[in-house]
Amino acid sequence: MDLLTNLGLGLQTALTVANLLYCLGGVFLGTLIGVLPGLGPTATIAMLLPITFGLPPVSSLIMLAGIYYGSQYGGSTTAILVNLPGEAASVVTALDGYQMARQGFAGKALATAAIGSFFAGSVATVLIALFAPPLAQIALEFGPPDYFSLMVLGLVAAVVLAHGSLLHAFGMVVLGLLLGLIGTDVNSGAARYTFDLPQLADGIGFVIVAMGMFGLGEIVRNLENETTRSVMVTKIEGLWPTKEDFKRIWAPILRGTALGSVLGILPGSGSILGSFASYSLEKKVAKDPSRFGKGAIEGVAGPESANNAGAQTSFIPMLTLGIPSNPVMALMIGAMIIQGIQPGPSVITEQPALFWGIIVSMWIGNFFLIVLNLPLIGLWVRLIMVPYHYLFPVILVFCGIGVFSLNNSDFDILLMALFGFLGYVFAKIDCEPAPMLLGFILGPLMEEYLRRALIIGRGDWTVFITNPISATMLVLSVIAMAFVLMPAIRKKRDEAFQEES
Amino acid sequence: MSSLIRSPKDFCASLIYLSIGLGAIYIGRDLPMGTAMKMGPAYFPAVLGWLLAFIGLLSLLRAFIVKGDPIPAFAWKPLLLITGASVLFGLIVRGAGLAIALPLFVVMTSFASVKFRWGPSLLLAAGATVFCSLVFVKALGVPLPLIGRWFSGWFAG
Repeated sequence: MDLLTNLGLGLQTALTVANLLYCLGGVFLGTLIGVLPGLGPTATIAMLLPITFGLPPVSSLIMLAGIYYGSQYGGSTTAILVNLPGEAASVVTALDGYQMARQGFAGKALATAAIGSFFAGSVATVLIALFAPPLAQIALEFGPPDYFSLMVLGLVAAVVLAHGSLLHAFGMVVLGLLLGLIGTDVNSGAARYTFDLPQLADGIGFVIVAMGMFGLGEIVRNLENETTRSVMVTKIEGLWPTKEDFKRIWAPILRGTALGSVLGILPGSGSILGSFASYSLEKKVAKDPSRFGKGAIEGVAGPESANNAGAQTSFIPMLTLGIPSNPVMALMIGAMIIQGIQPGPSVITEQPALFWGIIVSMWIGNFFLIVLNLPLIGLWVRLIMVPYHYLFPVILVFCGIGVFSLNNSDFDILLMALFGFLGYVFAKIDCEPAPMLLGFILGPLMEEYLRRALIIGRGDWTVFITNPISATMLVLSVIAMAFVLMPAIRKKRDEAFQEES
Repeated sequence: MSSLIRSPKDFCASLIYLSIGLGAIYIGRDLPMGTAMKMGPAYFPAVLGWLLAFIGLLSLLRAFIVKGDPIPAFAWKPLLLITGASVLFGLIVRGAGLAIALPLFVVMTSFASVKFRWGPSLLLAAGATVFCSLVFVKALGVPLPLIGRWFSGWFAG
């Protein structure tokens, strides 16, 4: 079978000693940084990206993917142990996980999260292997107008599914698109918005934007209510769930995996929706819903599985269409471009070893996650207990030197400071930085596809409507927007993002 | 803020959108627009600039119509200390060298915490400097001088 030969190729690529080590290293480093309180996956990946730039493309992407799962698992660990979710998706994990920890079942909660994540990750990997190739096949037929409209649809969907104000999500996307155009225009060679600064001629690095807005900005926000944070870690014992527990968690894990896999493909907050939806579903089907919020193991198993499944399936649009569905995928696309790979449907045919290698390494990464993290829980706990006021200056130092090392440019450190300041101000006025990062990555790509589409259409903008695929995408975008603007749906959307307690 | 503005957050955002959107159009005015058939370097930025300005206008209207929450207080001390320390670090790291810029950066950022104490902070600064010099400069080869050109003369003789 074709799939088997492809997976064989993937195994060949992923199972080299070097790539296994990079995968393991990525998972380890990702967890190491992700476990630090207040650093979500986006900040973690931005911080660790510079390490991977020197590697060959396959190894670098395998390591990055490892960093991603590692940081997610690290985030769940802090959510359970100290009630500090590093990212929105683990907010629900904290609800019951932290209660379990307070009752002395921290080990069990962590093991449940790991088992659920591993199962969900394995299923989602199979889904990617099954569905990515046909999707890429379809996308190969796309012309420039279709691509432009697909990006519009992707951005609209990301905005519609983002939490917070719709208007500001749009504003931030457009702002990101605009910032992405800073630098030399590839077609005319004209310098745009560089203010005659030679350092801006090549544009602003996406790592700088991400590190400033997600790293620096988040650290300042954490320092705001520093006095109220209390770190309480109970002793970790009784790691393995009992037979009784397994009976309780298998169904939530299955349901969470299904929900997470489907919602993860959606752009925007797909994986967040997955964990929230799984939590409310478990609460609905439970015989005794009142246990939720008081340490119900199902409330950890379901959302954690959904979270990880969604994290995995969000790779599908990235790998097949070259469209980032969340900030993490935006960083992945940026990393691919730096490695000289043009993201899009041709990756699968032109670089099959890379494509299948990444897919197989995903499964291996999830496997490492469970073998690495259960024995190392003691180490992570000790890391969490390091007081924050000693940690954050060191994290900032790493950010500073990391940003410098990208281009050996001290100017980039100043830019990072600027984006940190902006990120903090934007968060204060409810403008989410996530849509901005998506726009920032897509800006130059959209301009290029728009240019090509208009050349095909001889300068006529109707080319986007006369082309059936492109027209469908645009109609879908309009429907998605109209849908959200309807008052009834709008209320539901707000409810979906409400934290249940 | 005046009572006319019912949603300060929207108002603030609208000012940012409007100034950046219109600013982008203004700065790009000297670049060739081109035509839709042959887009010039100013074409797409101008489209986005007008779009952003339009979103800014909507946000401005909303600020006067819909009641919203006030802007929460800014934590100026950590914000200015951390961004300020980063700027300072960027400005002096080549000239003064890592051995001077890095401890200064660590102490300055530590000061942003309410739990700041001189003793541990100085120890942390020393530790971070040794660690970064060994790992980033010696092992990974990041081209940052330990002692920058401003001071190198002192050690030459």
